[in-house]
Amino acid sequence: MEYFLIIISAIFVNNIVLAQFLGICPFLGVSNKLSTATGMSGAVCFVITLSTLVTWLINHYLLEPFQLEFLQTIAFILVIAALVQMVEIILKKISPSLYQALGIFLPLITTNCAVLGVAINVVTKQFTFGGEPHMLNLAESLVYAFATSLGYGLAMVIFAGIREHLALNDVPKSFKGVPIALVTVGILAMAFMGFSGMVK
Amino acid sequence: MSNRMKLISGGLVKNNPTFVLLLGMCPTLATTTSAINGLSMGLATLFVLVLSNMAISAIAPAVPDKVHIPVYIVVIATFVTLLQLLMQAFTPAIYETLGLFIPLIVVNCIVLGRAEAFASKNGVLDSACDGIGVGLGFTLSLTVLGLVREILGAGSIFGWSFLGGRDGMLAFVLAPGAFICLGYLMVLFNKLFNKEK
Repeated sequence: MEYFLIIISAIFVNNIVLAQFLGICPFLGVSNKLSTATGMSGAVCFVITLSTLVTWLINHYLLEPFQLEFLQTIAFILVIAALVQMVEIILKKISPSLYQALGIFLPLITTNCAVLGVAINVVTKQFTFGGEPHMLNLAESLVYAFATSLGYGLAMVIFAGIREHLALNDVPKSFKGVPIALVTVGILAMAFMGFSGMVK
Repeated sequence: MSNRMKLISGGLVKNNPTFVLLLGMCPTLATTTSAINGLSMGLATLFVLVLSNMAISAIAPAVPDKVHIPVYIVVIATFVTLLQLLMQAFTPAIYETLGLFIPLIVVNCIVLGRAEAFASKNGVLDSACDGIGVGLGFTLSLTVLGLVREILGAGSIFGWSFLGGRDGMLAFVLAPGAFICLGYLMVLFNKLFNKEK
């Protein structure tokens, strides 16, 4: 039951883009076409889940025992950068077709604040999910990270769909490009506000 | 000297990081729930930007080309950690409010962008001026956005309420208002400064 609440909360109620403002740059950057949006969401999903696993372990078994929590930022960003590089190299060898599909998005993910954001969130924040406030254990962190990245994919795909239609419309000159996209995201975020309060 | 002034003023309007270069969107949207929050986030980024620009321009000639991005990220992360510790010690209330977005300055594209595009090719003093200019531009846009959202959403200016106890339009403090306000401010900025477009 708790896992179900985590999933609903991470995808809809606290959607990472529309409620937490993480990963906006790639969200605006690659949502022009539905196909690139799906590719990017896939890559982000993969990296967020993997990096959360590694950073959680590092934090729990390396930083906490030696009381080095203040090094979290430096340690995590290094882990993420190394991980993205590694994933890129491994994918190139093992599955060239998947590498082709995700290829150009992988290097961009290092500077996607959603990845670092989720990694820091799961080790520093207390979550409620209907019960007592508590720190997440490894399994909960992984479910949370995976669901959050699904939420990222959901927002990305919906927005790309809207944007493909938007491109065909006659938009006033000053609104062209990013401004109209931002106003659209605003309305989308308002729709997602309907979910708030569903999971505390 | 006038050249350095130009570097500083360029970041304010011509190369404004938020409205023109569209960099650092996440903190821009997330931390501008009030003018004071926007201002503090802007100043925090300014601090990291100036110091990392100076450090990177000093070490850039010695860094091998292949590993320059990881090296820059470590330098930036070091200054961000410094900032975190300083803020925890001296301004704990602001540190609590800005929360996650202080460590996330590491992945703010403005900081890495300036390191890569300017600091790695220029002198220490010029890089410091560039950092000040871009940082002030970022601070300015965050403060303006925070001010607009605070006026519409909470009916106050820098915490001073003019509605006399009534509620503002709460949506502007919440997520949708952030996107919509930034969109409209960008339109205004385009209209005022990019006439040739």
